[in-house]
Amino acid sequence: MRLAEAWRVAMSALVANRMRSLLTMLGMVIGVGAVVILVALGTGTKNMVEAQVEGLGSNLLIVVPGQVNFQAAPAVSRMDNQDLDAMIKVVGDRQRITATLTSGETVRAGNESTFTTVNGVMESTPKVFLRGLRTGTYLSRTDVDTGRRVAVLGSFVAQRLFGERDAVGQQITIAGVRFRVIGVFAPLGQSLGVDRDNEVHIPITTAQRLFGTGRVDAFAVKAPDRETIDRLGDQLLGELRRRHPDTEFSAVTQEQILGVLGNILGILTTVLAAIAGISLLVGGVGVSNIMLVSVRERTKEIGLRKAVGARPRDIGLQFLLEAVLLTTVGGIGGIVLGVTAALLTAALSPVPAAITWWSMVLAFGVSAGVGIIFGVVPAQRAGRLDPVVALRTD
Amino acid sequence: MIEALEVARTYELDGVSVPALKKVSLTIDDNDYVAIIGPSGSGKSTLMHLLGALDRPTSGKLLINGKDIAMLSAPEMAHLRNETIGFVFQAFHLLPRTSALDNVALPLVYRGLGARERRRRALSTLERVGLGHRVNHRPNQLSGGEQQRVAIARALVTEPTVLLADEPTGNLDSATGQAVLELLEQLNSESGVALVMVTHDRDIASRARRQITMRDGEIVP
Repeated sequence: MRLAEAWRVAMSALVANRMRSLLTMLGMVIGVGAVVILVALGTGTKNMVEAQVEGLGSNLLIVVPGQVNFQAAPAVSRMDNQDLDAMIKVVGDRQRITATLTSGETVRAGNESTFTTVNGVMESTPKVFLRGLRTGTYLSRTDVDTGRRVAVLGSFVAQRLFGERDAVGQQITIAGVRFRVIGVFAPLGQSLGVDRDNEVHIPITTAQRLFGTGRVDAFAVKAPDRETIDRLGDQLLGELRRRHPDTEFSAVTQEQILGVLGNILGILTTVLAAIAGISLLVGGVGVSNIMLVSVRERTKEIGLRKAVGARPRDIGLQFLLEAVLLTTVGGIGGIVLGVTAALLTAALSPVPAAITWWSMVLAFGVSAGVGIIFGVVPAQRAGRLDPVVALRTD
Repeated sequence: MIEALEVARTYELDGVSVPALKKVSLTIDDNDYVAIIGPSGSGKSTLMHLLGALDRPTSGKLLINGKDIAMLSAPEMAHLRNETIGFVFQAFHLLPRTSALDNVALPLVYRGLGARERRRRALSTLERVGLGHRVNHRPNQLSGGEQQRVAIARALVTEPTVLLADEPTGNLDSATGQAVLELLEQLNSESGVALVMVTHDRDIASRARRQITMRDGEIVP
């Protein structure tokens, strides 16, 4: 029997049992749909996180005291301005390095107030991290060198304190000390769960005086290119260890952050897909079950087909193709359902979705595979039926 | 054509051997018209299945078109059935929800013929059995006699050398049965196809050129 003929026979058998075929397919639709939507949401989240890490700037190197891993609590910094000068010397370009000293403070303007992150930074910050201003100017070198009380507001802070009014030139107080607003950042959105519009930048020297410390929390360095990142990191760490022999320091690149986060999200996506895969398995068992019922129900048909010349493999092929048709048509339905659901989720909620062609190809392949695996046993049973027994069945 | 030499068939039922057929020898010639008659349980259906290459004998030699059935694989037996044998069953065994035309064309599917050729041959065969006007009807839209005619067309469409009819009139009223019987006889005399008919009806059996009477798995001499 020709393959095209076998397809036609399988198709007409499924159409003849419409209701049963649809219900069996439904199992596959749900299983494949679940896999597609969960992979889409997992991949979307991963892409978003990666984009956020990359959005910080390129070729970034963050130097912090202590070890960087997810178990350790952040260490209190023992780095100070002498370390900063030494780091600038190692980097060789003041425009490529910035230092931070961070504290949570209440910021007031008139009757409005908000609690926000105050970052003491250097004038080079917008060059190291990618940041643009909406209005005004950023901190200057003189601001940093002389410890001026000037501030650049995140867009959220500016909105909270001044509403629609222009904040530049206005007075604010940070921890009770007066500052003049010289600029407002362009909105940036969230990055790794941190609202980057909810912060205030002031010169690091001013921050040290304000918080009564000589401390520097961390350095951020922008390497000239990808190749020099690791060497620069080693040089910076070497210098810091020489200056603080009993303290540990770490240099983290974006790639390392991406690697760790990517791993976690990748595992999460895999686990979600595996859980959804269980429903696919259940769908496959349903197909197997229906095919066995179908073989039993159509024993006479099988006997007749054999009597008029069907070989065992003709019969087996017919039933196998029925199973594969059930699962692949169900699988296509599942892909449509999954993609629709993923797009709807992305449109109606903050959870991002990424539809990847490989996940659809995979879903289709898996459905066909499920059909073959779960169709083989019923197909073999049908193929091996003794025609004499089959014809006698009433 | 078909030669059976001391053919026996024993079934194993729960470890007990039940002989359904004991050393039967017979020959079916080209254009033969044989009636196999006997009460139920006499082994006539078993003999029929063997003659139609649906089953293999437990012992003895069975040659169909010169081929020893015992030596053939399942696919080879299927091929032999398709080429040589046409079956007509008491219960018609038509595929439900399938047109008369497609039912008749079914054996040609397994012969590997294209759709156009299958349709052409099925149409002309349906015309031969007098159903040229009902080709697109489904079995449930046809009378019993018409259904059996479709089944006969299906048996004929491959141009077999022997028609094996198992109680072909058993499910029909006597007038319709008479007509079906006349059709089978007409095909036998006109196209030269051998006709082997299993029946328990003496009147029907008496119309055949030869009668083989069976009892307890043996041919009664």
